[in-house]
Amino acid sequence: MTGFDFSNYNRNAALHAKGVPLPKATSTGTTIVGCIYDNGVVIAADTRATSGPIVADKNCEKLHYIAPKIWCAGAGTAADTEFTTALISSNVELHSLSTGRPPRVITCMTMLKQHLFRYQGHIGAYLVVAGVDPTGVGLYTVHAHGSTDKLPYVTMGSGSLAAMSVFESTWKPNLDRDGAVALCAEAIKAGIFNDLGSGSNVDVCVIEKDKPSQLLRNYIKPNERGQKERNYRFPKGTTAYLNEKVITKEDMKKYVTIEEASGDSNLMEVDM
Amino acid sequence: MNHFPEAWGRPRDDVYGPYNPSYLQTTGPKTHTQSPAVTGTSVVAVKFNGGVAIAADNLASYGSLARFTDVKRLRKFGNSAVVGFSGDVSDMQYIDRLLESIDIRENYSTHGNTLNAKNLHTYLSKVLYKRRSEFNPLWNHILVAGFDEDKKPFLSSADLLGTTFSAPHLATGFGAHLAVPILRRLFPDEKPAEAVSRDEAVAALRECLKVLWYRDARSLDKYSIAVISEAGIEIEEDQQIEAQSWAFAEAIKGYGAQVN
Amino acid sequence: MTTLTGQPSSEAIGYSFSKATSAPIREHSFYPYTDNGGSTLGITGSDFAILAGDTRSVAGYNINSRYAPKVFKIGGDDETGEGAHILLSVVGFAADGQALKERLDAVVKMYKYQHGKPMSVMACAQRLSTIFYQKRFFPYYVHAILAGLDEDGKGALYSYDPVGSYEREQCRAAGSAASLIMPFLDNQVNFKNQYIPGSGEGHALEPKKPEPLPRNTVEQLVRDAFTSAVERHIEVGDGLQMMVITKGGIEEIYYPLKKD
Repeated sequence: MTGFDFSNYNRNAALHAKGVPLPKATSTGTTIVGCIYDNGVVIAADTRATSGPIVADKNCEKLHYIAPKIWCAGAGTAADTEFTTALISSNVELHSLSTGRPPRVITCMTMLKQHLFRYQGHIGAYLVVAGVDPTGVGLYTVHAHGSTDKLPYVTMGSGSLAAMSVFESTWKPNLDRDGAVALCAEAIKAGIFNDLGSGSNVDVCVIEKDKPSQLLRNYIKPNERGQKERNYRFPKGTTAYLNEKVITKEDMKKYVTIEEASGDSNLMEVDM
Repeated sequence: MNHFPEAWGRPRDDVYGPYNPSYLQTTGPKTHTQSPAVTGTSVVAVKFNGGVAIAADNLASYGSLARFTDVKRLRKFGNSAVVGFSGDVSDMQYIDRLLESIDIRENYSTHGNTLNAKNLHTYLSKVLYKRRSEFNPLWNHILVAGFDEDKKPFLSSADLLGTTFSAPHLATGFGAHLAVPILRRLFPDEKPAEAVSRDEAVAALRECLKVLWYRDARSLDKYSIAVISEAGIEIEEDQQIEAQSWAFAEAIKGYGAQVN
Repeated sequence: MTTLTGQPSSEAIGYSFSKATSAPIREHSFYPYTDNGGSTLGITGSDFAILAGDTRSVAGYNINSRYAPKVFKIGGDDETGEGAHILLSVVGFAADGQALKERLDAVVKMYKYQHGKPMSVMACAQRLSTIFYQKRFFPYYVHAILAGLDEDGKGALYSYDPVGSYEREQCRAAGSAASLIMPFLDNQVNFKNQYIPGSGEGHALEPKKPEPLPRNTVEQLVRDAFTSAVERHIEVGDGLQMMVITKGGIEEIYYPLKKD
């Protein structure tokens, strides 16, 4: 291993100094949390993705699958959390196959931190890793630079302080499943309502010993949009056009083969 | 000849060494307060039925040094208003002197009426806005607690830019991130200030200061708390954060595989 | 005192003046502005004008207050604005907005005292432009909209840039979500890109003619504009403050918005 080449970074910095703007990434200015309990662990996230001050996605998923009993909540650059968790998920699966044992949370966390450390923070993934394995319950945070933390309750993202205020004022040891889920959901709600980078719904994932993991997608929906007051359907012919060209099915048959599909939409599925 | 007119007629680097361009400047920029030096962290306050409660810890930091641990950042004005200061402590003391002279003048005046918290907030926000407009800011974020002209509880904020806003619960500095979510959760819009009791308000502020003590590295476990009600101002300046919970700590070992 | 101690850059071609001539002198680290977010919107009708704004005040990713009004009555007889016949909305830097509102309010009041008649909206609009331009090189960092009724009793709306350029318009959105709301208004108020179906072929197709909308329709459009802006802009939310000016006076309507 000869090490990484960061000359592209220098090039980008030079371009940036000359006024070339950096491409804008969708960042998940986010609230994510995790909390362990008696028999398992809960992680939760809001569902707002932003690009600057604009909401890019009102109901995105920030809870990522790593292994059947290991899940990851991601904050930071959306693409980085997505690809990093997918890569580590793949490697964890291969590792599990080669060792013939169920994957461990600490293995996953170590792979993540070593991957992120190599990239010196340029991969903007801030993660909460949680899961259950034969050694017990695991809950970690992993920062983009590769540092990790192991705590009974954790928060990350732009709403981390709002969420932490809930943990610090209401967390107790020896929670049960429902208590942990309620606490995490409450922490995410604090992020949703106090942090502009977080919003919309609460997603929760519960991982418990001897039980399949439960992904509670949109566990709470405290921000449903009301009915619009006016109808914005335009009468047909409202839009102006200068030319009209109709391509018929007969014309297209010159270039492609067309088969009539029946009305049943279930038959549209493609077999691989 | 090169293409840069500004280089024409100047000594060449390769002959005379690098030229110190600072000599080209006749005057440097005029400097005012560029950054605060000795600072106080959060102030938190909440309205309740019949008054306002406000609290701040007793620390003045010098960068990351906990420099003075008995600084009183809540200041009484008359007998129905309190100003809570965060930010630069020397600027706080200057504002304190302004308030002192106003108070003396008011007390010597013959008209008999006294300035309420709303008047005080208007005055202080104008002072702050004027100074920011002169590019010479007073580096403070303040909360003013008391009553308005209709004897209704009043709580409002003003910062070094002169920005003002009001809400049933407010906090400055780190408290805006950590304490406000707690207060908004305890006293949501459905539970307006009229439905909050004095004891609830005080308990909430103590809880906020405890969380700030856990998580704000520039905070202290000694604090002052003032309650402004119709009866006047009750201020306690040597409070100690109590019932801290470090229950989680014993289970923590390392940051990864470490087990003992 | 800050001086330039920078070494000649590697790009310099034997002379070391690139820093002194191209790089700006590092001056005040104090920046006198901030963005308090939010959006405003004004629409006129044949005998009314509506000015609306959300009530959220923002600092970074924080919510300062869920109720900080951006629409004000100008030239009223008392503190509540009773008797006013002009509306002003300001969005941008809230401290400048507040100062601007107070300046204009004083001007309109003085006009009435000195001339014994209320200031016309047209005159007020011109005066506001002057107030902006007086601070051409240290501007009021706000986007203002002025509304009232003109001499014929028709709705009048004037929009301003931060240094005083102004224009009378049918409708205008300002603030952080202006780029989201304005195209909607162009389409729904001025019927841009809407044609009368079947009225002709190609260039002969007739555009749908804009006409003053009834008050109820305008109120619905305003509410839909804001509920939609709340969905897609993080700085817009909490509440919608709507002021409707008719010959009968000014009516204020509050409507809650999402708080996330």
